[in-house]
Amino acid sequence: MSSKHHRVGDGPLIRRTLIGLAVVLTVLFLFMPLVVIFTQAFAQGWAGYIGNILDEYTLHAIGLTLFVALLTVPLNTVFGVFLAWLVTRFSFPGRRLLISLIDIPFAVSPVVAGLLYLLLYGSNGWAGQWLGQYDVELMFAWPGIVMVTVFVTCPFVARELIPLMQQQGRDEEEAAVVLGASGWQLFRRVTLPNIRWALLYGVILTNARAVGEFGAVSVVSGSIRGETNTLPLHVELLYQDHNIVGAFTAASLLAGIALITLAVKTIAEWRQSRV
Amino acid sequence: MADTNPSARPRRPGVPVSRRVLPGFGLSLGITLFFISLVLLLPISGLVIHTAGMGWEQFWFVVTDPRVVASYKVTVLAALAASLFNCVFGLLMAWVLVRYEFPGKRLLDAIMDLPFALPTAVAGITLATLFAESGWYGRVLSEFGIEVAYTPLGIVVAMAFTSVPFVVRTVQPVLEELPAEDEEAAVSLGASDWTVFRRILFPVLWPALVTGGGLSFARSLGEYGAVVFIAGNSPYVSEVISLMVFVRLEEYDFAAASAIASVVMGVSLLLLLAINVWQGRYLKRLHGGRG
Repeated sequence: MSSKHHRVGDGPLIRRTLIGLAVVLTVLFLFMPLVVIFTQAFAQGWAGYIGNILDEYTLHAIGLTLFVALLTVPLNTVFGVFLAWLVTRFSFPGRRLLISLIDIPFAVSPVVAGLLYLLLYGSNGWAGQWLGQYDVELMFAWPGIVMVTVFVTCPFVARELIPLMQQQGRDEEEAAVVLGASGWQLFRRVTLPNIRWALLYGVILTNARAVGEFGAVSVVSGSIRGETNTLPLHVELLYQDHNIVGAFTAASLLAGIALITLAVKTIAEWRQSRV
Repeated sequence: MADTNPSARPRRPGVPVSRRVLPGFGLSLGITLFFISLVLLLPISGLVIHTAGMGWEQFWFVVTDPRVVASYKVTVLAALAASLFNCVFGLLMAWVLVRYEFPGKRLLDAIMDLPFALPTAVAGITLATLFAESGWYGRVLSEFGIEVAYTPLGIVVAMAFTSVPFVVRTVQPVLEELPAEDEEAAVSLGASDWTVFRRILFPVLWPALVTGGGLSFARSLGEYGAVVFIAGNSPYVSEVISLMVFVRLEEYDFAAASAIASVVMGVSLLLLLAINVWQGRYLKRLHGGRG
């Protein structure tokens, strides 16, 4: 009837209905949980909030979580960049298999991931027994937490970079090589400027998942308060102690990191589209 | 992903083709293989060896234990329900985000990824609080006699929440690239919106919908952190598979834990393979054989 009605769903009624439905569902399903986290965390006011954060065990959990992220994120960033470089710049047999292998941590349940490491490096595992001879205990200690976190978060940087680097192609880099650039110069001057926003998002997403990993870490950590308790495990402990405000205080820190991650993603996508 | 790399470039006769102009092949291959072997393959082969060592009868006894079988059913049914919900919700969100302009759209788009960025334990306690009988949603729902928290329905909610982005993010790019011609022609010939959607749009969209739904299903099968807080975890009723692995571990029954874990991992890897093959095939069709 109206001449503006060109494509499906352009009618004003259906348009308004769908937008309204989408907004309402998103508010109910995704936005309200955020509201709950912060309302519960501030249920005792600012003073209570600060007091809960300054709790000895909460501070220790924050410290351990940051420490784990500090080791995990650089390791997985380096790996992700090398993997993306390998599979987008060279063709070789097994390339597709390699790209599929890297998705395994996405598909494997975090509890199973934790179990994999416990079986191998635990006191019954062959690697664990071998290391035990030298009094090295990896499980139920921070190295175990770092190892499973590396496993769970290793795909993120590569997954962000591979589609982008594939799309950009290798012409610019080949030109640089012909002009005599060294490998490092090539990466720093040509590749990095082209991928930096996607790389930034990959890194920040790796960080968000590293600080938030729960299932795998709870298998190998032992959750010893003040020793091997990361922030997500601390959330669980406080929640089970019926210290709801304390649990949501710790949760609000993690939610804050999640919100920063989303903000960086939005900015990075916008900037990357202009590179 | 579409392979746009021109790997077969024209060769000049007589010149020895150095296919690898770019540096770093050996280094990046070495680092990648070392990392993947150490971080992924070694632990996985450990599980396989461990499970293979326990003998078929014991394995079968452990993985067909009635309580474990009940947890398979709960997990698979809940994951199915959650991914069906996400197919509908994800399609709606992708459609609205691609087709319409409205204030707050950027924010809506950004918050779609919240479930990936928010730790699962945080999602778990938050959903449990919202849906508990005293919670904001629980209070309303209990008026209608619906209980979500500490029931299998709670598991569905937790799984649906943690896998929201999959369908949205797989359907969105397909909708963006959709050519307008067929659709406009059909609309101008007087076909109703529903007919055009069903006959012209849906046939292009459904492969992406299946991929997104499959990813959502695979993720839901293994979900643990968000689920355990809201499920209630009563044996035979609301225990998920990941929790069963955990329960066996806490009983120090490593053999049973690894047997169940190997079933879970086998299913996840098969699903991953199926999704990869499926995606490769339909992408190839979509990009005219270049996939």
